[in-house]
Amino acid sequence: MKKIQPFRLLFQDKGAFLNALLLFLILLAALLAPIIAPHDPYDLATIDIMDSELPPQWLAEGDARFIFGTDDQGRDIFSTILYGLRISLFIGIGAVCVQLLLGVVIGLYAGYFGGRLDAFFMRLADIQLSFSTLMVAIIALAILQATFGAESYENLAVLMLILVIGIAEWPQYARTIRASVLAERKKDYVDAARSLGTPSRKIMFGHILPNTFSPILVISTLQVANAIIAEAALSFLGLGMPVTKPSLGSLIRSGFDYLLSGTWWITAIPAIVLIVVILNINLLGDWLRDVMDPRAVANRADEHAGP
Amino acid sequence: MPHWLTFTIHRIGQGILVLLAISFISFLVQDNLGDPLREMVGQAVSEAEREQLREDLGFNAPFMTKYGRFLSRAIQGDLGDSYQFKQPALHVILERFPATFDLVIGTTLLVTLLAIPLGCYCAIRPNAFTSRMIMVSSIVGISVPVFLTGIYAIYLFAVLLHWLPSYGRGETMNLLGWETGFLTLDGLRHLVLPCVTLTSIMLPLFIRLVRSEMMEVLQTPFIRMAWAKGLPRRKVWFVHALKNTLLPVVTVGGVQFGSLLAYTVLTETIFQWPGMGFMFLDAINRVDTPLIVAYLMVVGVIFVVTNTLVDLTYRLINPMAEVE
Repeated sequence: MKKIQPFRLLFQDKGAFLNALLLFLILLAALLAPIIAPHDPYDLATIDIMDSELPPQWLAEGDARFIFGTDDQGRDIFSTILYGLRISLFIGIGAVCVQLLLGVVIGLYAGYFGGRLDAFFMRLADIQLSFSTLMVAIIALAILQATFGAESYENLAVLMLILVIGIAEWPQYARTIRASVLAERKKDYVDAARSLGTPSRKIMFGHILPNTFSPILVISTLQVANAIIAEAALSFLGLGMPVTKPSLGSLIRSGFDYLLSGTWWITAIPAIVLIVVILNINLLGDWLRDVMDPRAVANRADEHAGP
Repeated sequence: MPHWLTFTIHRIGQGILVLLAISFISFLVQDNLGDPLREMVGQAVSEAEREQLREDLGFNAPFMTKYGRFLSRAIQGDLGDSYQFKQPALHVILERFPATFDLVIGTTLLVTLLAIPLGCYCAIRPNAFTSRMIMVSSIVGISVPVFLTGIYAIYLFAVLLHWLPSYGRGETMNLLGWETGFLTLDGLRHLVLPCVTLTSIMLPLFIRLVRSEMMEVLQTPFIRMAWAKGLPRRKVWFVHALKNTLLPVVTVGGVQFGSLLAYTVLTETIFQWPGMGFMFLDAINRVDTPLIVAYLMVVGVIFVVTNTLVDLTYRLINPMAEVE
C-alpha cells in the first residue's frame, strides 16, 4: 500500500493550502492574543464605560482606537474576540483530547478482545449517540451548574466544558478505532507479534494503534469543529463560559440582547469569526478525508457532521 | 419463536433498561439538588422541627428505599410538584410539549420535502453546476451554528424587514387536545422562522446522506439490470433507486431525532418559544428540581420510544435484516 503523505499533498492543493494557512493564522492569533490585542478586556482599569457601544471604525461614529467597535461595557471587540478565540479553541482541542483518550482506550480494547466487553461498549455507544452529544451536554452542564451554583461554576466552566464535551463524544472515536482494529487484527504482523509472545497491551498500543492513524486524523479535524460549535452553543445557552471570561459563544450571547436595538456588531463580528473557523476546519477535514481514502464516499462525513 | 419476535422482545427489554438508567440519574439529581424541605416550609421552622419533618417525610431513609419510592411514583406519573408553578411537574412539561412538537413537525416536513429532491438531484447529476452549489451550501450550512442562523433570521426578517414576528407562538388552535399553531395564520407566521432555523441545520446532513446513499444504490447490479431492461429513466431513479435509498435515511433520521430535540432547546431560547426546552433552561436557573427531573424523564421516554420504533421498523421493512 502506498503511504499517504497529507503534508506534501497540502502544498499541491491551492484551496486546502489556503484553508490550512488561514487556520494556522487564526491559531497563531489566538495563541498570541495577549501580545496582539490592543486592549486587555479583563483589565477593568483600562475600560471606560463612556466608550460603550461604539460602532466599528469604518462607520461614521467609529473610533480609531477600536477597529471592530466596542461592546456594551466598553470593551474593545477585537481584543475580546482574540481572547474569546483562545478560550474556544482551547476548549475545542481539549475536549477532543479527552475524546481521543477515551476513544483510543475503549476502541482498542473492545476491538482487540471482542466478546462481552466489546458488546457492552458498542451498545453504550449506540445509546449515547442516539441521545445526541448536544442533548447529553446540555443536560449534564445544566445539572452541574445547578449543583455548583452559578458563581462557583464560573471558575470551573473551562474544565467542565472540556470534560462534558469530551465524554459526550467518545463513541465517535471508539467506533472508528474499533473498526480499524478489527481490520488490523486479522493481519499477519499481528499474528507474528502474538506468536512471539508480545504482550497484548504492546500489540495494541505499539503495533495496531500506529496503523489507525489516518482515520484518527480525518475525524479529529471534524471533531474539533464539532467541539467548538458545541462549546459555542452551550455558552450561548448560558451553560458555558461566563460573560466575564467570554468564549466566542458567550460573546455572541451577550451581543444578542443588543441586536434588536440595532447594535449589530457586538454579536455579528464574533459570529463571523466563529463561522470562518468552523468552515475552514470542515473544508480541511473534507479534503483530508478525500485524500486519505479516495474510495470513501461522502457518507462517512455525514455520520460525523455533528451539531 | 419467530426471529422478529425475539428481536422485538430483546429491543423492548433494552429500552426498559435504558429508561431505568435514566430514572436512576434523574433520582440522583433529585436527591442531590436543592432542599425540598426549604421549598415546602420556608425559613420560619426551627432546626429540630426540620429534622423531625425530614424523618417523617422519609428523607432520611436508605438510598435504595428512596429510589424505589421515586420509581414507583414515577411509574404512576407522579414526579413531584414544580416549585415555581405549584403544579405537578409532569403536567407542566406536557403542557409545553405541543409547542416543541409543532417545531419538530414543521422541521421534519421541510427537511423531508427538500432533502429528498435535492439529494436525488445531486446524486443523478453529480457534476452539474447546481449540484456543486448545493454541496457547497450544505457544507456552509453545517458550519453555521444553529443559534447564529436563528439570530440572523430574526435580525433580517423581524428587525429590518418587519415581515415576520420574532418571538412567541402567536395564536394557537386546539385540535383534539393538541394546541397547535399550524391552523391559524398568526400561528403559521410565528412558526416560519424557528422552523426554517431548525431546517437550516438538519437539511445539509440529509441532503448529503440522500445523495451518498442514492449514488451507492445507482451503482448496484439491480439498477444496471433496470437500465438494461430499458425502463424509463424516471422509473429507474424514482421508483427503484429512491425506494432503496430511503431505508438508511429513515434509520439515520431516527438517530438524528435526538439532535433535533437538542437544537429545539437552542431555537426555543432564541425565539422565546414556550416549549419544553425553553422551560427546562428556566427551571435550571430557578433550581426547580421536580421540573428538571420531569424534563429528564420525559425526554428520556421520547428518545427511547423513538429509537425503539425506528429500530423495529427497520427490521420489519428491511428484507436483508433477517440474514444479519
